[in-house]
This record gives sequence, C-alpha cells and structure tokens, in this order.
Amino acid sequence: MEKHDSTAEHKEHGYGIYILVWLGLLALTGVTVAVAGINFGGITVATALLVASVKSFLVLKIFMHLGAEQKTFKIFVLVALSFIIISFVLLFSDYSFI
Amino acid sequence: MNAQEHAVVHVHRDDVGARMGMWLFLFTELLLFGGLFFLYSVYRFVNQEQFHIAAKELNTLIGTFNTIILLTSSLTMALSIAAIQRNNKSLSVFFQALTILLAFGFLINKYFEWSIKFHHGVFPGSEILLNKPKGEILFFGLYYVMTGLHGLHVIIGVVLIAIMTRLTIKGVINKDSYVKLESAGLYWHLVDIIWIFLFPLFYLIT
Repeated sequence: MEKHDSTAEHKEHGYGIYILVWLGLLALTGVTVAVAGINFGGITVATALLVASVKSFLVLKIFMHLGAEQKTFKIFVLVALSFIIISFVLLFSDYSFI
Repeated sequence: MNAQEHAVVHVHRDDVGARMGMWLFLFTELLLFGGLFFLYSVYRFVNQEQFHIAAKELNTLIGTFNTIILLTSSLTMALSIAAIQRNNKSLSVFFQALTILLAFGFLINKYFEWSIKFHHGVFPGSEILLNKPKGEILFFGLYYVMTGLHGLHVIIGVVLIAIMTRLTIKGVINKDSYVKLESAGLYWHLVDIIWIFLFPLFYLIT
C-alpha cells in the first residue's frame, strides 16, 4: 500500500495547462515554418533546433509529467541528454576539420 | 478495488518503478534515433548544397499539417490521463479514441506523401534516384529510413493505445490505477518529440 498511492498524489494537472501548452507548441511550429522561409544561412538551422528544443522541453515537462516527477527521473533525463550532446560535440570536433 | 480489499490481499504495485522502467526504455529509443541523427548531421555537413536541393522536393505543407496532427494527438493523450485521474472514464476513452484517429490521419498523410514520391520514381534503389548526385541519394535514404522508422513507431503507438482503450473500457485502468495508460502516453509523447526534430531537419531546409 505504501508506494502504491504515488500516482494519485504526485500530479494532477488541469485540462487548461495542457491546452495552453498545445497552443504554445502550435505557435512555435508557426515560428519554425516562418523562420525557415527567410534565409539566414547557418542561423536558420540553429533557430530550428532551438525552437525544437523548446518544444521538446514543454512536452517533457508538462505532457510527460517530468516536472511533477521525482528528482531521480530528472537526473536520468539530464544524464541521457548530456551524453547525446557530448557525442555530437565529439562528432563535430572531428568532422568540422574535413 | 477499495482500500479494505488491499489490506486483505496484498497486491504488490510500484507505479514509480513502472514509470521508471518506461523512461529507461525511452532512453534506448533515444539511442536508436540518436544514431540516425548523427548520420544525418554528418552527411548534411559534408553535402550541404545537395541536401538543400533535395529537401526542396519535399512538401512543406504536408509536413506542417502532420506536425499539427501529431502535436494535437499528444494533447488528447495527455487529456485522456487527466480525465481518468478525475474518474471520468468515458471522457478518457473518448480522448484515447481521438488520439488513435489523429494517428491514422498522420499515417494516411504519410501514405500519400510517399506515394507521390514513389510515383515520381524517387524511392530507395530507383534508377531516377541513383542517377542523382551522391548527397541527394543520401538525403532521400535518410528521409525514408528516419520517417519510416518514425512511422513504424506511430503504428506501434496506435496498437498500444488501442490496448489501453480496451483496458479502460474493461475498468482495468481506472482512477486508482492508470500507470499503464501513463506509460503508453510516455511512448506516444516520445514519438511526438522525435517528429518535432525530424520536421525542421527534413522539410524546412531552404
């Protein structure tokens, strides 16, 4: 019984916050599409990735309830993402010099 | 099941552990797609011009439309959990059904998108594609593998959510026990996040 209530207690987002996040995600999609139409060169890719990261953050935090989850979950996700980023940095430390 | 029954028959349940297991599985998915994103980034870096030319052949409108569909399906998935938390079974079932419907919409769009490409003779191993410059072949190779693998995940997600809908109707998933629905939701949101990155990287290179 002890552990079993954890689902019930730990998060009860209202419907409203989800709809708000959804609207935010749609708006950010609009931003990505609009920015892609203007040619900023290298910055266009950077902007697209930045917006995608913000969108992912919203999905992780609200839709996937990571914000309400125990600290362990957050640390796990941070470690996983750090390794992806480290891999990218190492990859391009190699390829940028071709 | 009420609290009294639990006191008599001890049912071992660990919802936090169940969710943790799901998250760990999602990390392996991150590795799967991460590897493909590594490939993509290196090939794009080496063949920038040709990636730009090839990407122009993709239909930005269908891509944007599919993004909206998938984001909305993530919303309905989250709402179905909020509904079951409030003991609103029929609303939860409704939102789950809506999620499945949106997923089918996504897949149908994908079907038409691929069909048009196939019709134009642009598919893996086709003569028209193989006569293109190396960078364009790589672009379309990655396009088919990555959106294909993503599409496969959408299909798996539909099956998972359909099972959850059945369990909700039967009352196995209820106000006091909905970790299964949550886990299916986590999977679905991951599929959404992957698309959030695929969309600008394939459809929005100008």
